[in-house]
Amino acid sequence: MIRLYISRIARDRLALAGAVMMLLLIALAAAAPWISPANYADQNLTERLSPPSARHWLGTDDLGRDVLSRMLWGTRVSLVVAFVAVGISTFFGTLVGLIAGYFGRWADAILMRFVDILLCFPTFFLILMVIAFLEPDIVNVMIVIGVTSWTGLARLVRGEALSLRERDFILAARALGASNSRVLFVHLLPNVAAPIVVSATLGVGGAILTESALSFLGLGVQPPDPSWGNMLSAGKDYIYFAWWLSVFPGLAILTTVMAFNLFGEGLRDALDPRS
Amino acid sequence: MINYLARRLLMMIPLLIGITLMTFFIMQLAPGKPTDLVTDLNPKMSSEARDRLVKLYDLDKPWHVRYAKWVKRVARLDFGESFRDGRPVMKKIAERLPATLLLNILSLILIFTAALSIGIYSAVHKDSLFDKISTFFVYVGFSVPTFWVALLLMIGLGLKLGLLPISGLRSIHYGDLSAWGKVWDMARHLVLPVLVTGLTGLAALARYSRSAMLEVIRQDYVRTARAKGLSERDVILKHAFRNALIPIVTLLGLMLPELIGGSFIFETIFAYPGMGRLGYDAIMARDYPVLMGIGTIVALLTLLGNLLADVLYAFADPRIRYQ
Repeated sequence: MIRLYISRIARDRLALAGAVMMLLLIALAAAAPWISPANYADQNLTERLSPPSARHWLGTDDLGRDVLSRMLWGTRVSLVVAFVAVGISTFFGTLVGLIAGYFGRWADAILMRFVDILLCFPTFFLILMVIAFLEPDIVNVMIVIGVTSWTGLARLVRGEALSLRERDFILAARALGASNSRVLFVHLLPNVAAPIVVSATLGVGGAILTESALSFLGLGVQPPDPSWGNMLSAGKDYIYFAWWLSVFPGLAILTTVMAFNLFGEGLRDALDPRS
Repeated sequence: MINYLARRLLMMIPLLIGITLMTFFIMQLAPGKPTDLVTDLNPKMSSEARDRLVKLYDLDKPWHVRYAKWVKRVARLDFGESFRDGRPVMKKIAERLPATLLLNILSLILIFTAALSIGIYSAVHKDSLFDKISTFFVYVGFSVPTFWVALLLMIGLGLKLGLLPISGLRSIHYGDLSAWGKVWDMARHLVLPVLVTGLTGLAALARYSRSAMLEVIRQDYVRTARAKGLSERDVILKHAFRNALIPIVTLLGLMLPELIGGSFIFETIFAYPGMGRLGYDAIMARDYPVLMGIGTIVALLTLLGNLLADVLYAFADPRIRYQ
């Protein structure tokens, strides 16, 4: 099975490109402390706002800090925030979806009405509101993005669970006396794993975009910690004469999100039993 | 149809209650008392005066009493007064709402006309150069941070080339312009915000309509239409597109909260005088009454948008109506 999926992805050029970019980014993030040419926080006021050169490949910012080093560390921040946020939202989405779909009746009615209500509020507005009340820092950003973005997955998993629960293998498991939690997590969960994995991969891209937007508005990762979003925010004041401060972090976000989206969609096609 | 509408409206009641409960509870999460802002800034405030404020906002009562009182006022669209300038919240929102609606409706029109044309053309000419280029741009549109695009457009088109104004909705000399001059002036101010607001939705819908069209084109009834000798134009637009439109209509409902959520970023970037920027300022200033007002209004708008999408859906697909 797994081998079949891998060979399908390997044949999909776009998905493969996404996977390679993804792994490369993760490697860069992991290696940031060793491959950064300078410390991301080292200021050098004599070299403020110097354009890309052999010494500073991507130039320096308004405090003379090396942009390349800050971007490498920023990769770490963006990926960690996105992975944790997606972990949280995948957990809630799966749990709520499974419970609603499997138990049906009032559990389904209550949970899905709650989802409907949440869906009436723009996610970004909810996030902004909650973040503004808490202290904006990395941990809160991860949690808030996570707990506000599970509704789509919950609906998806519920639909799957709803159609699976009448199937013979589930009825057989129940007839054999399996407890509800055993049926849910041992029999149902593996059968809805494919859409969950796909939605999590695509969710990473979304979470990176949300984090960068929040940091751009000053409500996300706080300086001096580097994040692509707050680098863009700091760079926008100098955009007219220091283009490198605005161009490179934006490109980094674009490439990263695209890598996860390409891979996620390739994964969806590869895991689709109809194909 | 009337039956369907009535059922659909009845279903909105629990959602309405849910929305007000949700807004109310998010506000209860807020740290400190809402009166802190008034009291902390005024060292001369006596404890009696403080108690009076607590009484005024019913902070000494249990939550359900406060909720009931709040909902009663909300039913009359009374959200109280802003903490910042003491003006009625509803008035502040009413001033800003038209600008936001204008922006989002224009974006929706852009999204639907452009995305459907691109989607249909790409599907009909699958694997053509146009299809490949548009697919690439759709991927970029999906993955690009829109606020960054906004920034680049402001610099490129606004500052470097000086083609378009980059902030606000009107020029300083707006008052002196002729009627047409005013429309032209506003239109120029709207170009960048509308473009940026519509970007993500455009990419999503172009993609979605392309795959919906591809799905439909393969169907037997399209082949039948061709076999009857209809012109290709009629086959695509009347027989294929109409059926592809059914799933597309449902996207409208999902797109609305996204669009309005975007207003909070883009209106701030473009200094656009709409509800999004009012909300952003209120968040920064922790102006609770304004936030609760905006939260409720935004959710209501989404609810109405969903209703509209469902009605359109029922029009597009007779099976829904007669269920």
